[in-house]
Amino acid sequence: MSQKEWPLWEVFIRSKQGLDHKHVGSLHAADAEMAIQNARDVYTRRLEGVSIWVVESKHVHASNPDDAAAFYEPANDKIYRHPTFYTVPDSIKHM
Amino acid sequence: METAELTQEEQFQTRIDADVRIEPKDWMPEAYRKTLIRQISQHAHSEIVGMLPEGNWITRAPSLKRKAILLAKVQDEAGHGLYLYSAAETLGASRDQLLADLHSGKAKYSSIFNYPTLSWADMGTIGWLVDGAAILNQVPLCRTSYGPYARAMVRVCKEESFHQRQGFEIMQTLCEGAPAQKAMAQDALNRWWWPTLMMFGPKDADSPNTEQSMKWRIKRFTNDELRQKFVDMMVPQAEFLGLTVPDAQLQWNEQKQGYDFGDVDWAEFWDVVKGNGPCSRERVQARVDAWNEGAWVREAALAHAEKRKQRAETAAA
Repeated sequence: MSQKEWPLWEVFIRSKQGLDHKHVGSLHAADAEMAIQNARDVYTRRLEGVSIWVVESKHVHASNPDDAAAFYEPANDKIYRHPTFYTVPDSIKHM
Repeated sequence: METAELTQEEQFQTRIDADVRIEPKDWMPEAYRKTLIRQISQHAHSEIVGMLPEGNWITRAPSLKRKAILLAKVQDEAGHGLYLYSAAETLGASRDQLLADLHSGKAKYSSIFNYPTLSWADMGTIGWLVDGAAILNQVPLCRTSYGPYARAMVRVCKEESFHQRQGFEIMQTLCEGAPAQKAMAQDALNRWWWPTLMMFGPKDADSPNTEQSMKWRIKRFTNDELRQKFVDMMVPQAEFLGLTVPDAQLQWNEQKQGYDFGDVDWAEFWDVVKGNGPCSRERVQARVDAWNEGAWVREAALAHAEKRKQRAETAAA
């Protein structure tokens, strides 16, 4: 019994037209076509999706959680990017 | 900057205490990782082995409707196993290794699936009782500290409620049927009641890992708490069906607002856990056979994928 594992694929599903694809989990398959068929059987048995993306897991690059504090730091002190930063007089409507 | 003085492990515990979910690439203590791999894979194995006792009745379901329902349920169990294996893999476990551990007997699965399914009423009882117990175990895990595990459990729990209801419906139909059908339902309850109570695991006093697991929030209630909840939930349902719970000591306790009930046969429990259940060898053998007989399919699919990839590359060149 000397065999390789089938590659691992990440599965993304669009639950309905107009929404983004969202990561739902992963599965093993020999190729992309089989990954999509398996994803249908594993992740959409109750009409959870209208579209499936699969990506081989080894192709996903991710940010490093250990660097999160420094990495997202530039956004920390820019509260003026949020509408709540500005005061609008009570008499002004529709803003 | 108090956090700077905390060790990595203390920071980790602080996050858990604040109900911050841990994600795959986050730092975690090795023991947390190991415990989770064991717990999640044990859970996955239970789903996969759990297909066998029910698969036994697919060809003998009493109607086309029941057959279709049972097929869908067994397919769900396969799906649950796959969600969970994929969660375990995010911790660095390999799928083949997880399966090898199941096949060698190193990894455990729920003791309940080592009991035989002797009559159609067992399909009702498994859905109603066994899945009822599973739901009690699983719902709190939707809030477990490890993100991928919690997300898998949300999916599982959504589907589990169909399983329990179809089981209850089978029981109700039998109980409203001929005396022989009702007797069949009672017989199934008699055989499954105690093994189901065992599903919650050993008594709290004999469960040394509980404290650490609760601290890590990968377990949210103790075994005895869940067992009590289960009995309180199930007794009225059995009464509704007109069935008798096979426990002479079962009695409502007004003071604690719950039932007092008899003790599980713990010698039997440990014996089944050690692999000496009535169907233990048969169950593992069925999995090993399926794996071995599927080897050529796995190899052929890989070879086919490889060939198509090379063809595409040649065509592009």
